[in-house]
Amino acid sequence: MIDDDSFAEIRLIFIEEADEGLDIMESGLLDLLDGKGEMDLINDIFRAAHSIKGGSATFGYGHIAEFTHLMETLLDEMREESRVVTPQGVQLLLESVDCLRAMMTAIKEEGSVDQPQIDAVMAKLELMLAAKDDSSGAAPEAIAGLPASAPAPAPVQIAAGWNVKFHPSANIMLSGNDPGRIIRELGTLGSLKAIADVSRIPSLEAMEPEECYVSWELILEGEVAKEQVVEVFDWVEDESELEFIQIGGETESETSVQLAATEHEQSAPATTAVESPVAPVSKTPAIEETPAAVASPAPAAQVAAANAPVATASVTKAKPKAKPVKKKSPRADGGSIRVDTDKIDSLLDLVGELVITQSMLNQYSKVVLENSDASEARDLQDGLVQLENNARELQEVAMKMRMLPIKTTFARFPRLVHDLSLQLEKKIDLVIVGEHTELDKTVLEKIGDPLVHLVRNALDHGIEIPADRIAAGKSETGTLTLTASHEAGNILIVITDDGRGFRKDKILEKAISKGLVEEGENLSDEKINQLIFMPGFSTVEHVSDVSGRGVGMDVVKRNIQELGGRVEVHSETGVGSTFTIRLPLTLAILDGQLVNIADETFVIPLLSIIETVVIDKARINALVGDSFVYQLRGEYIPVIEVDKLFNSHLSDSEKSSSTQDMVGKLLVVVESAGKLTGLVVDDLLDQQQIVLKSLESNFTQLEGLSGATILGDGTVSLIIDIQGLVESSISKNSETIPNKIDVA
Amino acid sequence: MSAAHETGVTGVDVLGHSEQYLTFILGGEEYGVDILKVQGIQGFGKVTPLPHTPEFILGVINIRGAIVPIVDLRMQFKMESIPVGATTVIIVVKVSSEDKERTVGLVVDAVSEVHDVMDKDRKPTPDFGTAVNAKFINGLATIDDRMLILLDIDYLINAGVMEMVDNASNKLEDDHG
Repeated sequence: MIDDDSFAEIRLIFIEEADEGLDIMESGLLDLLDGKGEMDLINDIFRAAHSIKGGSATFGYGHIAEFTHLMETLLDEMREESRVVTPQGVQLLLESVDCLRAMMTAIKEEGSVDQPQIDAVMAKLELMLAAKDDSSGAAPEAIAGLPASAPAPAPVQIAAGWNVKFHPSANIMLSGNDPGRIIRELGTLGSLKAIADVSRIPSLEAMEPEECYVSWELILEGEVAKEQVVEVFDWVEDESELEFIQIGGETESETSVQLAATEHEQSAPATTAVESPVAPVSKTPAIEETPAAVASPAPAAQVAAANAPVATASVTKAKPKAKPVKKKSPRADGGSIRVDTDKIDSLLDLVGELVITQSMLNQYSKVVLENSDASEARDLQDGLVQLENNARELQEVAMKMRMLPIKTTFARFPRLVHDLSLQLEKKIDLVIVGEHTELDKTVLEKIGDPLVHLVRNALDHGIEIPADRIAAGKSETGTLTLTASHEAGNILIVITDDGRGFRKDKILEKAISKGLVEEGENLSDEKINQLIFMPGFSTVEHVSDVSGRGVGMDVVKRNIQELGGRVEVHSETGVGSTFTIRLPLTLAILDGQLVNIADETFVIPLLSIIETVVIDKARINALVGDSFVYQLRGEYIPVIEVDKLFNSHLSDSEKSSSTQDMVGKLLVVVESAGKLTGLVVDDLLDQQQIVLKSLESNFTQLEGLSGATILGDGTVSLIIDIQGLVESSISKNSETIPNKIDVA
Repeated sequence: MSAAHETGVTGVDVLGHSEQYLTFILGGEEYGVDILKVQGIQGFGKVTPLPHTPEFILGVINIRGAIVPIVDLRMQFKMESIPVGATTVIIVVKVSSEDKERTVGLVVDAVSEVHDVMDKDRKPTPDFGTAVNAKFINGLATIDDRMLILLDIDYLINAGVMEMVDNASNKLEDDHG
C-alpha cells in the first residue's frame, strides 16, 4: 500500500506536472490565437487538460476535475471540429487556465482561491458550451488556419483501415499501462487483427517478468479517422514507437505467416502462435460528448467483411497520400529531471576538488615516473592523462548544468503582452530574439520580476494606442522586442519599443515638483533619462493598474544592481525607448589573467584588459601628492596601486609611494564603464579559465573583489572587480583625477 | 579521554544531560566548542589574505571547493601572536546566524581531545562586566581539575567576527566618502 509520505510525494509530482500542463495549454492557446492553429495544437492542449482532470480526480480535487471537465469538453468540440475556434473561445480558455493555476497554487500553498472568480469563469464556460449551435447563427470570426466549417462529420483522413506499428518500450508496464487494454480499445473502432512480434522474448531465465518484450502490428479495418486511432495511444505515445499507416482499398491476399499472440499473452512469454482477430464491438466508443465525430462501426464492419483479411504486405503498397505519422517527441526541450540546485552546487564543488587532486597527482607522477624504468610507468602516465581529460570534461558538464536558456524567463511574456494589449486596447507585436542564450539559474530567477516590470512599462507608457500611432505616421501595431545575447562576458538583455519615447519636459517637470531636481538646473538628455530610476518617480498622468504607482524603476534598478548588473536607458521622443540590462554570468567560467601583486596571485577578468605596458619613468606622474596618472598615447589615465588600496593595515608612511617605486613594474590597462584605468602589478602569470566563487557564502562581499577562485594547486586567488575597484579608488581620491587631459 | 569516557557512560543516566565538546589549546588555556558545530580539523597551509578586513581575519582557504574565511583566535582574543608551529591547526566550524549558515576556520595552537561535559559540571561565567570577549564564553567546566572554557561559537562568529568585518568595511566607505 502507499503510505502517507509517498502519497504526498506523488501528489507533489502531480502538482508539478499540472504546472507543466498549464504551461503547455497556455502557450498552445496563444499560438492558436496567432493563427498557428492546427489539429496537433488543439490535441496537445486537450491532452494537457485531460491529464490534469485525471490527476485531480485521482487526488480528490473534485472541484478542479469538474472545472477542467468543462474546458476539456470545449476543447474536445474544437478538436472534433464540431465547434469553430474563435478568439473569444480561446480567450475564455486562457482565463480558465488562470483559474486552474490559481486553484493549483491554492493546493500547493494551502491557501484559498477567489471562488467567485472561478464560478464566473465556470459559468462562462457552461454558457459557451450550451450555445453549441451558436457558431452558425452568430457567425463568429474564425481563426485563420483552422477549418472554419461547422460540425463536420467527415474529417480529413478517413481510411479504409489503419496499420499501426505498436512497439512499446520494455518498461511500459511499470507506468501502469497495459498494451492489452490498448489493443482491446483499438478493437472497439473496427475489425482488428493483432500480429505480435515475439522474436525479442528472451529465454525464461533471462526474462524480467515486468518487462514487455512483445511488439505488435495492428491492422484495423474500418472507416476510422486518424485522430481516433491516435487517441487510443495517447497514454503510451511517449513510451512507445508508433507508426500509423493508412491502408488503401486494394489489398493482397493473405501472406502473413507471422506469429500472433492472443491478448492474454502480450506481457507473458508467448510460446504459442495464435491468430486472434479482435471482433468489432458495436458500442459507440471514445468521446461521448461528440457522437457525430465518431464514425459508426457499422460501415467499418462492412469494409472489414469485404477486405478481410488485410495482409501485412499491403503496407508498402499503401496509397501515396498515406504517410507514417512520426512519433512526437515528449517535449520540445527534451526529457528532463528535477534536481535540487544545492545538489548541483555540491557536485560542482566536488568536481572542482577532483580536478585539483588530479593536477596534484600529475605533478607527483612526473617526479616518480622520471625515476622509474618500470613498463607500468608509461601506462600510469597514460591513465593520468586520460583522467585529466575526463575530469575537465566532467567539470564543464557540471558547470553547464547550472546554466539554463533565458527562454524559461521569456516564456511568460507572450501571455503578458497578449493580456495587456487587450486590456490597454493596443496592438502589439512581441519579438523575442536569442531565447536560447544561457545564463546561470540564480540570475535567471531573479531577473524575471525586473523584466516584467520593464515590459509592462513599455506596453503601458511606451507604445501608443493605434489611433495615436496612425496620427504619428507609424504603423498601427507597435513592436516590443526582447533580445538576449552574450557580450564581453556579460548577458545583455535589451528591451526595445517603438512607442512615443520619454517626454523629457514632463520628466523634468515631475522631477522638479518632487524636489528631485532644482529648478533651472541644466541637465543633459542622458541625465534626464536617468531620473526615472529615482525613488518615487512616475510620470504617468493617471495611475492604471498596469503600472504607474511610482514604485517601479528604482526597484528595477536596485534588483539589477543586486545581481551585479547595470541598467541603462536610451530614449528618443516619438521613436521609442531602449532599456539595456547587463548582467554578469555568475558562476560561469570566466577567462582570467592571473597576476602577481605583492606576492599574492590575483585574477583580472581578461575581457576588461585592454593592454599591458611596462611602466616608463617618463610617462608616470604624481598628481596632488598621492595619486598617479600615466600618459598613454596622449591620454592621461588614472593609476591604481592595487597592493596599497587592498592593504588597509599599512601606516600612512608605508602607503606613500613615489613614481620611482613603480618604474619597471607592469601597468595593466583595464576598461570600466568606457573609461581606462591602469592597475600596477608585479608580474603577469598564466591566463586560464576560472570558476567564480562567492566570498559571500561564508563571509561577506568585499569592495573591489567580485569573488575568489581556486587555482590548480588548491590555493585561493581573489578576483578583482574592475568596476568596483575603479569606483572605490575614485571615491577615495574624491574625484581629484581628471579623466582626460588634452595634451598640447 | 578514558576518565571522561567513564563519567560519560554513567552520566547520561544518573547525572542528566551531557554535551560533547572538542577542546583546543590557546595561550595555555583549554577551550571547548560544541562538537556538533565542528566540520573537521585540518593542518595550517597557505592562506590568501583579504583586503579591507580586520587583522584577525587571516584570509581565505579552499575547503572542499568552498572559500572559507580563517580567523586567528589569538588575535581575535587580543593575545600575543606566536609563529605557526607543528601543532597549529585550523578547526573548521559551521555556525548559523539569522539568515544563513557559514563555514569558518579557527586557527588554534593545538587540538586537545573530546570531552563529555555534564550539566552538573558546568559553571556560569563569572561577571566580567563589559569585557567584550567574556560574552563569547558560554560557561566554564571542570574536567579532571582543569578548567575548560566553553565557547559560544555562533555568537563569537556572528557578533565578534562578522560585525567587526562589517564595521571595517563601513569605515572604509566612510573614509572614501
